[in-house]
Amino acid sequence: MLNRVVITGIGIYSCIGKNLAETTQSLYRGKSGIIMDAERKEYGYRSGLTGFVDNPNLKGVLDRRSRIMLPEQGEFAFMSTDEALKVAGIDQDFIDKSSVGILFGNDSSAQAVISANDIIREKRDTVMVGSGSVFQTMNSTVTMNLATIFRLKGINFTVSAACSSGSHSIGLGYMFIKHGYQDCIICGGAQEINLYSMGNFDALGAFSIREDAPHKASRPFDRDRDGLVPSGGAATVILESLDHALRRGATILGEVIGYGFSSNGAHISNPTVEGPQKALEMAIKQSGLGVNQIDYINAHATSTPAGDTSEAKAIFNVFGQPGPYVSSTKSMTGHECWMAGASEIVYSMLMMQNGFIAPNINFENPDEDSVKLNILAETKEAKIDCFLSNSFGFGGTNSSLIIKKWGNK
Amino acid sequence: MTQIEIAEKIIPFLVEEFEIERELINPEANLRDTLQLDSLDYVDLVVVIESNFGFKVKQGDFQNLATFKDFYTYVQGKVNASDEASNNL
Repeated sequence: MLNRVVITGIGIYSCIGKNLAETTQSLYRGKSGIIMDAERKEYGYRSGLTGFVDNPNLKGVLDRRSRIMLPEQGEFAFMSTDEALKVAGIDQDFIDKSSVGILFGNDSSAQAVISANDIIREKRDTVMVGSGSVFQTMNSTVTMNLATIFRLKGINFTVSAACSSGSHSIGLGYMFIKHGYQDCIICGGAQEINLYSMGNFDALGAFSIREDAPHKASRPFDRDRDGLVPSGGAATVILESLDHALRRGATILGEVIGYGFSSNGAHISNPTVEGPQKALEMAIKQSGLGVNQIDYINAHATSTPAGDTSEAKAIFNVFGQPGPYVSSTKSMTGHECWMAGASEIVYSMLMMQNGFIAPNINFENPDEDSVKLNILAETKEAKIDCFLSNSFGFGGTNSSLIIKKWGNK
Repeated sequence: MTQIEIAEKIIPFLVEEFEIERELINPEANLRDTLQLDSLDYVDLVVVIESNFGFKVKQGDFQNLATFKDFYTYVQGKVNASDEASNNL
């Protein structure tokens, strides 16, 4: 028998809020987390725009050994996971007595790699990087560190799937639990935000250069968009089997009812319509819902002309008109890349819990494709019973998740 | 350098790097237990010493040192050997 899979905890550390309460306020107010970083220009970036969040001070929170092994995105992920576990009511004693797993999306650790090699080049002595470096540099740094810090004993690996990493981590967690291999998994996504993390992405000319108006720069679906704004942080989603959650008396926040995925089988960076459409249709079919039962779509839309257009076409092909409400929270956060698939589940969960849909800020003029969607440029008070979140990445990796409010038939 | 001078230079680095109370460090105390060193921490001990004294530490040198006094003696030997080599140039 297949298990039902529920969400019992969420946590966030992002450029629009360092916790759930701050983030809810920002989403409701349509607050942008984008800044202009002059240091990037000096370093050689074409665009100095970025989302920004401070690094947390974990001295006194984690011991020295734990701290020196954590890169920036690991620190972010610790913060969001600590919050999510508290929301879920899962403490260390419970973790020690059970088999909690972790699946987190992460696809780089550039700062740690560059810093280590700068030291080796200068000193001509590898030992001078210290003992923490190797654990900071690997792609699996987030899962290896959090599994150690929280003493996790279940499934433990990192999902690297470009900008759909976070979404696939939740999708895979859903499948592990649905098929009975795990009862509880910490899922999520983390994204470094430092100077070194995005230089080669900037090289592709895909970033907005609207540097005179950082808050206006990320404008998914808008006719006058000129590219995405990189960003980062971390988001955590605690998944459990329904039986497990009920057994321990957890508050259930939502239910995962669909995970669709596909690969474009085409260009490494140019999007297609067919790939995302296939993932959307797979998720909807799995959910057992009709398209008119999806109240809200948190679009992947990053503010690039080609990406937004292909997603708009895919959504229109599947949902028709008027279709569900659509917004891209990347209009406020920028593109949180490896983290985005997880953070956008958290953002949408906050909307569902608080009865509103966050705006797609800067959506001033539609283009010929986005005009066919029901895009909200302003915050709307609305009851969401069910939402869908899209995430697409380089290499043509696509993921769509559908979440239903708990307590609804 | 005298052993006291070595200790005065080392102790602040150890307190900073390994986040322990200054009062726990005395010549007869056990190095590994006091600093709570595991195999990874010895790498960081090498980094601290090489960065602050400028000589190369061989992997494994520190594992045979029991007390802080042994540690100061080891560092003093290396520093003085290095000074002598410089004087002979």
